[in-house]
Amino acid sequence: MDPREAIEWNVVGHDVRRLDGPSKIRGEFKYLADMDFPGALRLVLVRSIYPHARLLRVRTEAAKACPGVAAVLTGDDLLAMKGVLPCFGPAFRDQPILAFGKVRYAGEPIAAVAAESLEAAEAAAALVEADYEELPYVQDPVKAAQSGAPVVNEAIEPAGAFADLKALKGIPGSNICTHYKLRRGDADRALAEAEKVFEDTFVCPPVSHAHLEPHGTAAWFEPSGRLIVHTTTQSPSFVRQELSVVFGLSLSDVRVVVPPLGGSYGGKIYCKLEPVVCLMAKATKRPVRCHLTREEVFLTTSRHGAVTRIWTGVKGGRITARRVEVYYDTGAYAEVGPRIAQKTGSTAPGPYKFPNVRVDSYCVYTNKTPAGPLRGFGVPQLSIAYETHMDMAASYLGRDPVDLRREYALEEGDFYATGAPMTSIGLKPSLNAVAEAMGWPAGGRVPPEKERAGRLARGRGVALGIKAVLSPSISNAAVELSSDGSALVRCSTVEMGQGATTILAQIAAEELGLSFGKVRVLLPDTDHTPYDTLSAGSRSTYHMGNAVVLAARQVREKLFETAAEVLEVPPDGLAVRRERVFVRAFPERRMSITEVFIRRFGAPGTTLSGEGTFSSQVDKADPETGQTPRMTEHWFAGATGVEVEVDTETGFVRVARLVCAADVGRAINPRHCMEQIQGAAILTTGLTLFEEMRFEDGRLTNGTFLEYPLPAFRDLPGEIVSRVVEHPVETGPYGARGVGETGTLSLMPAILNALYDALGVWIRQVPVTPERVLRAIREAEGAGRPLGVRA
Amino acid sequence: MSRPPCRTLRLVVNGQERQAEVRDNTLLLDLLREGFGLWGAREGCGVGACGSCTVLVDGHPISSCLKLAATLPDGCVITTVEGLAAGEKLDLVQEAFLEAGAFQCAFCTPGMLLAVKALLAANPRPTEEEARAYLNGNYCRCGAHPEILQAVRALAERGA
Repeated sequence: MDPREAIEWNVVGHDVRRLDGPSKIRGEFKYLADMDFPGALRLVLVRSIYPHARLLRVRTEAAKACPGVAAVLTGDDLLAMKGVLPCFGPAFRDQPILAFGKVRYAGEPIAAVAAESLEAAEAAAALVEADYEELPYVQDPVKAAQSGAPVVNEAIEPAGAFADLKALKGIPGSNICTHYKLRRGDADRALAEAEKVFEDTFVCPPVSHAHLEPHGTAAWFEPSGRLIVHTTTQSPSFVRQELSVVFGLSLSDVRVVVPPLGGSYGGKIYCKLEPVVCLMAKATKRPVRCHLTREEVFLTTSRHGAVTRIWTGVKGGRITARRVEVYYDTGAYAEVGPRIAQKTGSTAPGPYKFPNVRVDSYCVYTNKTPAGPLRGFGVPQLSIAYETHMDMAASYLGRDPVDLRREYALEEGDFYATGAPMTSIGLKPSLNAVAEAMGWPAGGRVPPEKERAGRLARGRGVALGIKAVLSPSISNAAVELSSDGSALVRCSTVEMGQGATTILAQIAAEELGLSFGKVRVLLPDTDHTPYDTLSAGSRSTYHMGNAVVLAARQVREKLFETAAEVLEVPPDGLAVRRERVFVRAFPERRMSITEVFIRRFGAPGTTLSGEGTFSSQVDKADPETGQTPRMTEHWFAGATGVEVEVDTETGFVRVARLVCAADVGRAINPRHCMEQIQGAAILTTGLTLFEEMRFEDGRLTNGTFLEYPLPAFRDLPGEIVSRVVEHPVETGPYGARGVGETGTLSLMPAILNALYDALGVWIRQVPVTPERVLRAIREAEGAGRPLGVRA
Repeated sequence: MSRPPCRTLRLVVNGQERQAEVRDNTLLLDLLREGFGLWGAREGCGVGACGSCTVLVDGHPISSCLKLAATLPDGCVITTVEGLAAGEKLDLVQEAFLEAGAFQCAFCTPGMLLAVKALLAANPRPTEEEARAYLNGNYCRCGAHPEILQAVRALAERGA
């Protein structure tokens, strides 16, 4: 894209309002639970009360006898159903639709009840009883990875649903379902020869996505045998594919329709409720719907807790080595944990030029709620380690933390630890934007005197984070222009609040020379919208954006083909703006889009359509060293700076000021970019300060919003400053890349670094609850060190 | 199990007189949604913590997921998001939300709009602190809080 064209953009780069704004603001906007599915049975799940147990018998007679009950299904019924695969999963086919043989976490569905009303289904579900034989369970991911730990899944097979996950294999007889390795130089030797080695363990607990809209699915089989599914998912194409495999249907016989989602953040990805609802629809030959309660959402998915061990070696004033060993706790079923362990594991050393690197990244089964990606795909669980170690190293070397990062930060042309060249990475510009907004003195040291106001200790910290865009992946789009100059985009990108439909409409409008209001974007319906890998990993602006550009350009070519005959210039001498095709050199020689259509078809009401496919590629990494010439299509880079206030009497932490910067490549809609950066940061504030799924005796103990609070207005940072950094991606639409997750990547360690700055103690576990902060303060005092004076 | 209706309730919902037979365990949220087809109030948590089900009862914001319909006094006035706009004309709070871009997924938006409406009725020019305190019971997981506060500021400036 010629940068000079930038000034001519009519729609791209402008703050147009959300396409769905008017219906959302009127409350007319319908989510799945607001929709009518005539005649649908209500499905309620019965769940295991044990974290790990042999499931001897599930007694359903009493439930079946209840009024209004259509069917009660158990794992035994599932196994007896012909032509149905009993298990599903994107990486491993490990998750039973209903438990059979044994249960692997407290909350796992063991029976499904369908009845004429929710009330009847709930009453019957309460009568389902089961006999269990308890088994030893394991919930700590590090212990689970040791030999001799109770084994959660005895046998696992790769699902084969994604090209990059086809060759997966775990370690047989263990809970390790993935072990990713990265080796560059000789980290062990460099650490042995270092003059100072920092070694620490950081802990992140499992947390809840807490999308305010709980999961829901409605499904039925048509008399023809077609399966129709309306569901809250970020991955309609995957759900279609998975259901076709599980139920032995051709892809064309599965239709997946996705309404707009009330938030998702990674929590509604791959299959969740879809298999069990479809199973019940098959058994009852009726439409079936299921909507989870909040308590059940906590039992359905979570973000991976992680334990991250990290070693940093310093010698001769230089950082010489970085070793990381991370255990991602994927819970009872792998979901996409193996991909997180691999793709995100590769970023574990941090975005720096280190000569010697060693990473061992494990995805480990435990007897907990299954885990999946949450806005950041496992990066925050690593950046908490590598970014606090940067500050530890800075402190040891007597260097300013920003300055040290500038020295080591990867830039365009550098090589990552995998041997892959860094392409289009705006890491330093992001760091510079944060440093500037924080008034961080250039090259200056943090002043040694801590500002104290009574019992408040103040400190500030910065951190960086990077994430690789999900590659390989595929997006298809179709664009249809009508003779009146209005257009339709067909694609399977899910609108979940991120504003993707608005961005894609802007892109189509720009390419077709239409005003923004002339473009509509269809919501996913696999009967009408083509394949898309999924709406996640900040991939839609880049992948689907490119697909829409290609599709729209095909339409434009057809438009110009006809206009060229009339205007008597070659097609490449034409342009289209504001619904008019004109000769570039003589803009007054022009015709309206409608005139072009009349000329081409001789009739109004006609359409021109185009298709676009965009796919990103990677090269396979060496399994022993992780070395690869191409590891991702591009990078997301972000930086965060915070100023914190700690009440040293209570341990309460307040973020007084938050500065976040994210490289968006090129902002298709600058305001949307800001909203995404801020929203991601606010969510991560909650994860850093107080969110945590707590388990006792193998069971989740705080799975309601009464005991698991989300960040609310009074928890917000006092001031939030966000910076949109534009370091264009050559291959992106107009240079754009995604931005949904970048704000999450570095906030946690920025707060830990600021706490060190304020208190002089390192905290290595989130959330940084008042109790943990007070304990850290007491420990520092016990060591005879006054607050605020660094070790 | 299914219980018999325990009383006939007479309400004014979004300016219209409505009547409903309610059971002793019917929640106001379910009455509005299933009974009256007003789907704007939504259940996010079922325990009155998230604010997605906020509606106004005689001008006061309440969690309709916790309110037993049978305990409402006859003739009380209920406002849901569907009652904010007058036909095509949006309420000032809705306009301010649109202007500020104060929503993303918008699951929380109906509750948030009504909470802001009640805030401004009680305190037409709230300070930032007052606004944060009043709205603290309405969650937004997308993190649109800065834009929501911007909308409140804009409304406060015009003394809406």
